[in-house]
Amino acid sequence: MDIAALVQELQKKAPAAGVELTPTGVVIRRDDVPLVFGLLKGEFSFESLQCLTAVDRKGTIEVVYHVYSFTHRLMAVLKVVLAMDDLNVASVNGLWSSANWFEREVYDLFGVKFTGHPDLRRILNPEGWTEHPLRKDFKGAGVVLKPVK
Amino acid sequence: MVTEELIVNMGPQHPSTHGVLYLELKLDGEIIVECRPNIGYLHRSIEKIAENRTLVQFVPFTDRLDYLASMNDNLGFCLAAEKLLQIEAPARAQYLRVIVAELNRIASHLLAISTFAQDLGAYATPLFFAMRDRQKVVQIFDELCGQRLTYNYIRIGGVAGDMTPEIARMIGEFVLYFRKMVNDYDELLTHNIIFKVRSKGIGIISKEFALDYAVTGPSLRASGFKWDVRKDEPYLVYDKFDFDVPVGANGDAWDRYYVRIQEMRESLRIIEQAMGAIPEGDPVAKVNKVFRPSGEVYMRTESPRGDLGFYIVGTGETFPYRLKIRAPSFSNIAALAPLIKGLNVSDAVCALGSLDIVMGEIDR
Repeated sequence: MDIAALVQELQKKAPAAGVELTPTGVVIRRDDVPLVFGLLKGEFSFESLQCLTAVDRKGTIEVVYHVYSFTHRLMAVLKVVLAMDDLNVASVNGLWSSANWFEREVYDLFGVKFTGHPDLRRILNPEGWTEHPLRKDFKGAGVVLKPVK
Repeated sequence: MVTEELIVNMGPQHPSTHGVLYLELKLDGEIIVECRPNIGYLHRSIEKIAENRTLVQFVPFTDRLDYLASMNDNLGFCLAAEKLLQIEAPARAQYLRVIVAELNRIASHLLAISTFAQDLGAYATPLFFAMRDRQKVVQIFDELCGQRLTYNYIRIGGVAGDMTPEIARMIGEFVLYFRKMVNDYDELLTHNIIFKVRSKGIGIISKEFALDYAVTGPSLRASGFKWDVRKDEPYLVYDKFDFDVPVGANGDAWDRYYVRIQEMRESLRIIEQAMGAIPEGDPVAKVNKVFRPSGEVYMRTESPRGDLGFYIVGTGETFPYRLKIRAPSFSNIAALAPLIKGLNVSDAVCALGSLDIVMGEIDR
């Protein structure tokens, strides 16, 4: 199975979910996160969530999931785009336990709230801090270099 | 006598937490009822720094992630960057990279097994043995790139320096010497009855548990799941070499230890084959000093601790837009809390030591 076949299967199984294949990954709608990831884990034997991170696209935040299937030898990259004023997305901790710490890290560094997460606290930065340092508008105390021409 | 639950803070400064790891333990007598690991004491915001450096400038930072296996971190990052920039290193560089990565794997595993033995009470002797042998590897690296620990040797497009005949002789001698020494470790530790009683059956990681928590590397293979990126998604020239992927049977602490011992033997085999087949040529390709990466890449390699992934997003600027380091120790330590629930504190130290974590890459 390759990624195009997987997307076709997903579209067949969940026609209402907006599953869309782009060159850099499969984009899904936020509300379909539990459905699509449930299918990936249950129907398509993606046993492991290898990586979960986010990218601040200025105005929106993209949550990026790397799920791997040892059965099909296939890494699927899934993306959920969140608007800056509504950073909520369902947690996938119930499907893969590795999501627990990955989601805490994304919450800490980007401020994305994972609804249904059992223990959403900061992980790398001190508790009680209010900023989210990997956002592009974060002004740190460090030296910011000018881009090389 | 009535006992009540007690909260004990283990760390951040504690000899058997392998760095600044802080475990909040809820104890009933000596049994761990609940464990809450707290990390972040070594957070240096390396991912944020990456957004303010060019790809070439970022290579030395990767040394500071897993400081016991810097070559493997250099390699992981450079391969990811090369995949994004569509550069291929010359054949000689690819062989040199394999040789240094495997040498570093031996050095890292030596430290892993010896500190693990130290945690179990094998005071000093295994650690001194391992440090002595690791020093030989470190000396080879010192000769090769002038540094003992933070190498910055593997660069985008190749490696920083060529192997001289003197270094080739040192590597050849080391392989012969260390092949005998691994047997010594076997005699000293592997079948030592005290060592076995302390580590057999402790902290059992099943296949399902490992996949659920994305545990990788020797800790995954000890559970009997045969998965090695070098074998299953070959990069560099690993597909040209003949080597086995050792797996364990029960997934306990002793299996994790023994998988590392066997992996050192396989590494020796790879080094020997690579030294025999290394082609002549330039160790570095002619590449630019400043790149404008665009697009996205996720590349993973097999570091001594597991799948080391680099996720780089570029938007055509000289600085990468986002760089995420998927560190193997991060996922492995996330599995610690359920792993040590119900164990004695002394056995928890055993389970933690057998996971072989490095805080530098957990906190980044």
